[in-house]
This record gives sequence, structure tokens and C-alpha cells, in this order.
Amino acid sequence: MDTVTDTAQKVAPLENAKGDKEVVIKIEHLKKSFGSNHVLDDINMELHKGENLVVLGRSGQGKSVAIKCIVGLLQPDGGSLKVFGEEVTSLNEQQLKDLRVRIGFLFQSGALYDSMTVRENLEFPITRVRKINKQSELDAAVKEVLEGVGLPDAIDKMPSDLSGGMKKRIGLARTLILKPEIMLYDEPTTGLDPITSREISKLILEMQKKYQTSSIIITHDMECARITSDRILVLNDGKFIAEGTYDELQDSKDELVRSFFK
Amino acid sequence: MSVEAKFSWNNVFEDAGNQVAFMGAFFRNLFRVGFEGNELIRQCYIIGYKSLSLTAITGFILGLVLTLQSIPTMKTFGAVSFVPAMVSISVIREIGPVIIALICSGKVASSIGAELGSMKVTEQIDALEVSGANPIQYLVVTRILACTLMIPLLTLMADALALGGGYLGANLGGHVSMLLYFNKSMQALNFSDLYPAVIKSVFFGFAIGFVGCYKGYNSNRGTESVGLAANSAVVSASLWVIILDGIAVQLTSIFAYS
Repeated sequence: MDTVTDTAQKVAPLENAKGDKEVVIKIEHLKKSFGSNHVLDDINMELHKGENLVVLGRSGQGKSVAIKCIVGLLQPDGGSLKVFGEEVTSLNEQQLKDLRVRIGFLFQSGALYDSMTVRENLEFPITRVRKINKQSELDAAVKEVLEGVGLPDAIDKMPSDLSGGMKKRIGLARTLILKPEIMLYDEPTTGLDPITSREISKLILEMQKKYQTSSIIITHDMECARITSDRILVLNDGKFIAEGTYDELQDSKDELVRSFFK
Repeated sequence: MSVEAKFSWNNVFEDAGNQVAFMGAFFRNLFRVGFEGNELIRQCYIIGYKSLSLTAITGFILGLVLTLQSIPTMKTFGAVSFVPAMVSISVIREIGPVIIALICSGKVASSIGAELGSMKVTEQIDALEVSGANPIQYLVVTRILACTLMIPLLTLMADALALGGGYLGANLGGHVSMLLYFNKSMQALNFSDLYPAVIKSVFFGFAIGFVGCYKGYNSNRGTESVGLAANSAVVSASLWVIILDGIAVQLTSIFAYS
């Protein structure tokens, strides 16, 4: 079922009173290596409030590593990483936990807990983080997000009964149930057919509009980048080599950048 | 010392350090607010109830075989009447706890290792972490506690069934009344035979749960690592059971049977 209409519009990044765009994530000189493999080599980027930032790059270029550093799943080797003005690398366990609640992370595989039904998957974070245990409130929250992603009938299914696209939608619903301010999408359309990929891309826009999130979308799917991006960064050999809108980068003088659009 | 040997020693010490850190995380989260009681009950059901038939059959056959194997030898010394006592002491003190722990190393440690390993590969553990939940509290504390509680209970049940198996074994070659057999068995046992065995089983259960969780939780990413996690969980848990048994025998011979 496609609940996402073709009228999904991009939301402009929010500006403060001075007209500057509010920065929610700021990365400066970030470095990360695995042994002798320098995955991220002095990268700098900013995510503005309400913005959809797409990070493009070939496989193995460190796109996922960058967003895993943002939520503290990986420790960077150097540089500064500020989320909502707080330096992530210097947060203690509780502060990191509090920060993570404000950030949603959609994993490449959906990462649904396979021993639980869809309902239990959705109730899991809200009962533990928001401490909501009243069944009527849980039902309302689950119903709202499931309707949002267009899968209200999947509520009692096990993850093994869902298709790849459905898993991603439920994964998105589980993330959105905590109403995060920032969404990090790790290759949201990988492994999906073109029609489902387009539906997921439009769903990302719909959810951004509905929940007023700022998003980083890691992808190498150009259709997804075209639909979702306000701005695109191109990562190659651990560095950002280009920045611009979809249309600007399409006409880039850099052959590598242009090759993504062919 | 070769370069390879140096690297392997580095890995051994690194792994030992990681295990100490993992145990520290277990104890820190054991007493933390937000204990996962429902998950503990679910794990007790999976680890305890679902291992019931395997351990029951093992215990019963253990007593039966031990009796059948002992009777011919004891007959040559004219000491057949000591068979019930010999079987009960050896089963309660040593063979019961060790065999059940080894069986559970195979069944429980491997399944925990494989389950957590596949959760790691499919990023479910990362998802728990970024959602603000506590994966150590939810996945590790509950499984280790369930093993620590359930394996001594399974051992006690298997011990009782082993005595029943022994009674059947004694009756296959002749007729021994139930009253006489169990009277002889119980006369030979003291409370000091039982409690060291139970304490030993508690440590075996902890080791099995801990090793299974450690191997699964720290497995590498990739489907091959799931199999490796399950395999190394069985090997390490079995080894720990044997090592702990060696220590327990020394300690009980000093404190309990002296």
C-alpha cells in the first residue's frame, strides 16, 4: 500500500531570527581509522535544523562510519563532533543515552528484534525510554506510527513475515515513536525494488514534514538522493570532495561526482 | 618469540581484559534501576524448561549405565550391596553436576552465542543501544542470571533421576526392593555431599551464561562469525566447567569433606 502521496514536498531548513540556519550537528576535522585503513580523514560538515542532508559515496567509503560516530556507536580517533552543541565524545553514559533519545537511527536492514512481534518492537523503546506502561497510551502511540508508515495491519506480525520494504517501514516507525529531532538513515533503500525505494524515499520526506526532523541520509541510490535531498555531500577516500544541491552536482566539473548521476 | 606468537599473546591478554570489562558491565547493570524481570522469566523458561527433557534423559541414563557397569566389578569383591551408595555419592558429588553442566554448555551456551551473534550481525544490538535502551541489562544480565538459577535446578532434577536410573539398573540383573535401594543410597549421603555440588552448579551456570553472552555479544560482523561465536562458546564454556570443577574439588576436599 502506498500511503505516500506524490505531493510530498521538501521542507526548507529552519532559520533563526537573524536569518542564520540553526546548526544541530557540527563535525570538525573528524578522523576514524580501522588499523591502517583511514576511513574518515579530517571531514567537516554541518546539519541544519529541518534540513535533509544526503551523503553520497561508493561502498566502503565510510558513510555509515560517520553516522555511527554521531550516535556514539563508534569512537572517532580525533576531531570534534557536536550534536545540539554538546561534544559527543566527552559525554558520560547517561548523557549519551539522553542524547540518543533525541536522535533516530534507521539501520540498513531495519534491525527489527526478531524474537518480538511488530507491536512489541514498537512498544520496546517507548516503555523503556519514555516509561509509558499504560496499555491505552501504548496502543495509541503504536497505532499512530504504524498508520504513518502505512502498515497498520502488520501490528501482530513477526519480522520474519515481513518483506524488505515493510521491515524498513517498521524500523522507521520504531524510530519515530520516540519523536526524535534528528533522523539518521543508513542506506534506507538498499536491497529494495525501484518502486518500493521510491515509496521509502517519499516516506522519508513525509515523516520529515510530520515530525519536523533534520535528517542525514546515507545512500548511493540517486533516485533517493534526488527525492529527499536539500543538500548533498560526496564522500570519497575519507574526505568530502563536493557539496551542493542535486542539480548543482549533476553539472559538476568533477568527473567522479558526475559519474554518480550517470 | 616469533611475530605471530607475539600477536597471539596480545590477543589472549586483550581478550582476557575484555572479559573482565564485560563481567564488570554485568555486575554494574545487575543492580541498576530498570531490571528486566519479564525477560528473566522468559529466559528461565527457554534455558530451564526447554532443557528439561535433555537433562532428564541424560541423568536417568547416567545412573542406569553407572550401575550396570559397576555391578560386575563390585561382584568380584563381593561388594554388590555397596553399589547404591557408590552410585549416589559419585552422581551427587561429581558426575551429575559436571555432566549436566557439559550438556548445558553444548545446548545453552551455543544457543546464547548464536542468538546474540546474529543480533550483532543484523545490528539489533546497535539498535537497542541507539534507542536509549540498555542492551547489557536486557540481553546479558537476564541470560546469565537465568543460567545461574536454572542449571543448579536442572542438576538436582538430573541427580534424582540418576538415582532412579540406578534403581532400574540394579533391577535388570536381579530383584532389589525400592525401599532397600534408596535406603542404601541415602544412608551413604550427607548434607555436606549436596551443598558443595549445588554451589558448584551455580558457578557452572554462571560460567555457561557468561561465556555464551560474551562470545555472542563480541562476535564480529558477518554471518561466519555467528557460527564461530556458537562454536567458541561451547568450547570455552566446557573448558571453564572442567577448570571450575578442578578448583571446586580441591576446595570441597579442604572445607566440606575434611
